[in-house]
Amino acid sequence: MENVEKEPLFSAKYKKLITNPLGLDNPITVQVLGICSALAVTVKMKPAIVMAISVTVVVALSNMIIAFMRKAIPGRIRIIVQLVVIAALVIIVDQFLKAFAFDVSKQLSVFVGLIITNCIIMGRLEAFAMSNDPWPSFLDGIGNGAGYGLILIIVSFFREFLGSGSIMGYPVMEKLGLYNFGYEDNGFMILPPMALITVGLIIWVQRSRNKSLQETK
Amino acid sequence: MKDFSNKYIMTFSVVMVVSVAILLSLTALLLQPRQAKNVEVEKKMNILSSINVISTKTDAVEMYDKYIRESYVINTDGKHVEGVDPFTVSLRAEQKKPLEEQYLPVFIAVPDSGDTLHIFPLEGKGLWGPIWGYVSLKSDMSTIAGVTFDHKGETPGLGAEINTTEFESQFVDKALFRNGSFVSVMVVKGGSQPGSMSEVDGISGGTITSKGLEAMVYDGIIKYEKYLSQNRK
Repeated sequence: MENVEKEPLFSAKYKKLITNPLGLDNPITVQVLGICSALAVTVKMKPAIVMAISVTVVVALSNMIIAFMRKAIPGRIRIIVQLVVIAALVIIVDQFLKAFAFDVSKQLSVFVGLIITNCIIMGRLEAFAMSNDPWPSFLDGIGNGAGYGLILIIVSFFREFLGSGSIMGYPVMEKLGLYNFGYEDNGFMILPPMALITVGLIIWVQRSRNKSLQETK
Repeated sequence: MKDFSNKYIMTFSVVMVVSVAILLSLTALLLQPRQAKNVEVEKKMNILSSINVISTKTDAVEMYDKYIRESYVINTDGKHVEGVDPFTVSLRAEQKKPLEEQYLPVFIAVPDSGDTLHIFPLEGKGLWGPIWGYVSLKSDMSTIAGVTFDHKGETPGLGAEINTTEFESQFVDKALFRNGSFVSVMVVKGGSQPGSMSEVDGISGGTITSKGLEAMVYDGIIKYEKYLSQNRK
């Protein structure tokens, strides 16, 4: 604990916890976690954004709580303990959304509950929170939530733009009058496989730009 | 990580589970009134939206009292059933009863246009869970004045599109009866016939929800068939 008190709250090391997951250590494109929900909620941008925020809240808080308890958690039942913490947080988030942001909770419907099964959260708890102090764990949660959200928003932007011809529900293509020239929305973009292909394209771009991510033979 | 005794593990789990249970029940209990209020306001907004009255969360209760003149419960013979509050009837529970014993709510609205509209609630199954809605009919008891649909957990961007204005507005002015027989409204995959009185476009990628919605409208309205023919003007 002594080390933590010497370290400023936003030291260079701690800042990296937030910035790394946005790029070189992105949970979706590099760690390849949380792919399942990245496919499911990226048809439109709005649910993707709310999902990104909810996941960030849950991963940051559960990271912090597990880091607090980590020395008391028996190793043999740690996965169950982690699951209980995540599930409890998700249910609380869901209840609060229903009471105070009813419209948003209706829009996200089942996906709020599915945050429990998001592998990023358990992945971060196992990989980081179980062996670090609460504050860096909290930052790590924020970073990974944001890295996840970033990819979600990029993917949903392309899927909504090319698949439904709109951005955040605003009908861009219609306003540009492109339909009059025979342009048609690509219905394939709405279907789940295109999310996987879009994520694949992002991974390709990222890897070809960063030599450090390429495997050496 | 040090090794813990079995006794410690048991105590740890019990304490954890009990405290989480208390926390969750408290949250649910404290937020329940707010959530119930949200549900009631939403139901009123839905009913109003089926007669094309746009209300907000703040004025929904007031607007509901202004436009909804009368509401009652009938049975499949079209006869009034006394002593049941139509607003609190749960169609999901009713659908489990035998047909003759089902309570069928009817809401009568008089919007600013001065027409008398009859509103009928619907409840059915989508792909992932329940879907529901309200249909309002003009006094010929066949022409649709407006509809509103909603769902519990259909896929956003696909089946969940049933509650968008683009989808709902297609139902306006469609006729449920053709030459005196009940035909309902078909939700057609790949696009409806232009000018059809009983077809609307289905949702790409939401075929099962679309078909569920079609069945919901058919099954929901056919129970009112006697009531509709008795009150046709």
